[in-house]
Order: sequence, then structure tokens, then C-alpha cells
Amino acid sequence: MKFLTTNFVRCAIKSCDGAVNSFPLKYSEIELVQEEQDFQPEFILGILPRLDWPAILKVAADLGNTSLPSQLPEIDINDPSNEILLKDLHTLLIETQLVQGKMICENCNHVYHIKDSIPNFLLPPHLAN
Amino acid sequence: MSRPEQLAPAEVFYNETESRKYTNNTRIQHIQAKMTLRALELLNLPKDTANFILDIGCGSGLSGEILTEEGDMWIGMDISPDMLATALDREVEGDLLLADIGNGIPFRAGTFDAVISISAIQWLCNADTSNADPKRRLLRFFNTLYASLKRGGKVAAQFYPMNDNQLDQIQSAAKVAGFQGGVVIDDPESKKNKKYYLVLSAGTPDVQI
Ligand SMILES: [Zn+2]
Repeated sequence: MKFLTTNFVRCAIKSCDGAVNSFPLKYSEIELVQEEQDFQPEFILGILPRLDWPAILKVAADLGNTSLPSQLPEIDINDPSNEILLKDLHTLLIETQLVQGKMICENCNHVYHIKDSIPNFLLPPHLAN
Repeated sequence: MSRPEQLAPAEVFYNETESRKYTNNTRIQHIQAKMTLRALELLNLPKDTANFILDIGCGSGLSGEILTEEGDMWIGMDISPDMLATALDREVEGDLLLADIGNGIPFRAGTFDAVISISAIQWLCNADTSNADPKRRLLRFFNTLYASLKRGGKVAAQFYPMNDNQLDQIQSAAKVAGFQGGVVIDDPESKKNKKYYLVLSAGTPDVQI
């Protein structure tokens, strides 16, 4: 699962809908790999307005990266130096993959597992909505 | 021939053998590709940007590969681990989630530009375990689907309703969730080629300032 996806997935349990703590999930015991992917600047540009930057910072910290800027950097598409910034975002969001580990909802404490890059959101019957 | 959803729940039916059979069957691949292209046509997404798309019941990623060719980014959800394992083997570009859509779409509000689904949502109408309530599952699905889309985001879902009652159930749950739209029927006169597409939009787009 791409780092980008952590900025969108939340707890699947109905009683956590709308709960502030149900997003982002907390990431623990995560095994990461860097996997080269095609660089699509137009996708990065398109997704930027939809990113929740505080959630990016929080998950990055869960994964041991505390060096990201505290604000989403301003991007002027006409400025060629922004290519570097877009590439950095591509490396972080698209090429950083979570292969194994746990995702924990900080509202209900339910633990979801990531195995072979696939997060498992199946719920046990007593929590199925 | 009996339909798969009458034989067993999706996660049981699409076991390893069935997943490979399904994925390697060129006739199925051809039909799946055709339905995916038709669903994309119904979505009518802007071509000049990369869209962020959710594929519901992504299976082994046959539709996803077409989305990748179109330059779109996608995330796929499926309830069958074997189908997802086949997708991993085929090294699809999209991220894959193991999930039961009847329990909801676990994404924060406004995540996706659009949603595509091929031959999946009729499974929601099945009461295959003692505690599965199709009506509740349909509502949970459509409510959370609506929230996961950006305002004005669209859905095109090809499905196989077993009867008119299922068709009504699906459409009314979508409406209760706030969706606008309805069902498009292709080749309505042909028993063999008749196809149903649920085409929805999640409100009207936000005004660009
Ligand atoms: Zn929760």
C-alpha cells in the first residue's frame, strides 16, 4: 500500500464515522519498501489540494520520518524548480510502500493488519455494521 | 447455468481456482474490458488530468489496468483474498484493499473523483450469512460511498440484478444516501447482451473560486 493511501483510509467501523480520532489510523511495526514508479507530475498536482497535510506529518512520524515541512509547500506550476518538490512528493507518496504491519484506530482501538502490501479491512461479525 | 451469487458468498466462490479461471478466460476478459470502457464512457471524466478512482470489486485488476492505461490512479477493493493475490501477481499499479463493501467504504470524505464497479454490487443483495441484512448493508454501502466522493463525483457500476426487486432495492438505497441518477440499460432487447449500469452523481460540484 502506497504512503498516499494512508492519507485517505479511515476506520471502517460505523460507530467511528465522523470521529476525529478515526483518521488517520496509527501505523505501527510497519515494514517499508521503496519501489520505483512512473513519475506523473499531473497526478501529484491534482492530488495536492486533497491532501490532509497534518495527517501526512502524523503518519510519517509513525514511520520514523520527522523531517517533513510543517506546511504543505506552495507550488507554482510555472516555476521549473518545483519539479524537484514534485519529485520529492512522488517519492514519499507513491514510491514509499507499506508492506507489512498494523493500523490502529485511535477512536475504538481496533487493529487492522497489512499483509503482502494489502490492508485488511474485513471486520469480525460483532463489529460488522 | 447458475449465477455465482446463488451458489456461495463472493469470498467463497472466488477461491484460488475460480480466481485464476476467471482471470485467464479470454472471453471474460473481453467482456470485462468492454464493460469497463462503457462505464468510463458513462463517467465522462476530464481527459486532461489524472483522476483518482475507486474500483469496487476490483478482483484481479482487469478493470484497473484499463484505468492505468487511461492515465488514472486507482484503489481497488475486493472481498476475495485469492482475487487480490492474483492482482498482486499481475503487478497492477493500483493499491488493493481486502474489504467487505457491505461494511462500508473506509475512506475519508471527498477522497475520490469517481467510482467504477464491474459485476460486483449485486452481491450486496444476498443474505448469505445469518446476520447479513441486505437492506442495512446496501444503505451502509451507499452512505459511505457518497461520503468518499468529492462533491459532484460520479459512479458507474455495471451489475447483474437478479430481479426487479433487487433493481429497486439498489436504486432506492442510492437515493436515500443522497445520490442522483439512475439505471442505464444497454441492449435492452437482447437477453444475452443486456447490461445494467447504475450511473450516479454525489450532489453538484463545488463552485470553483
Ligand atoms: Zn474505529
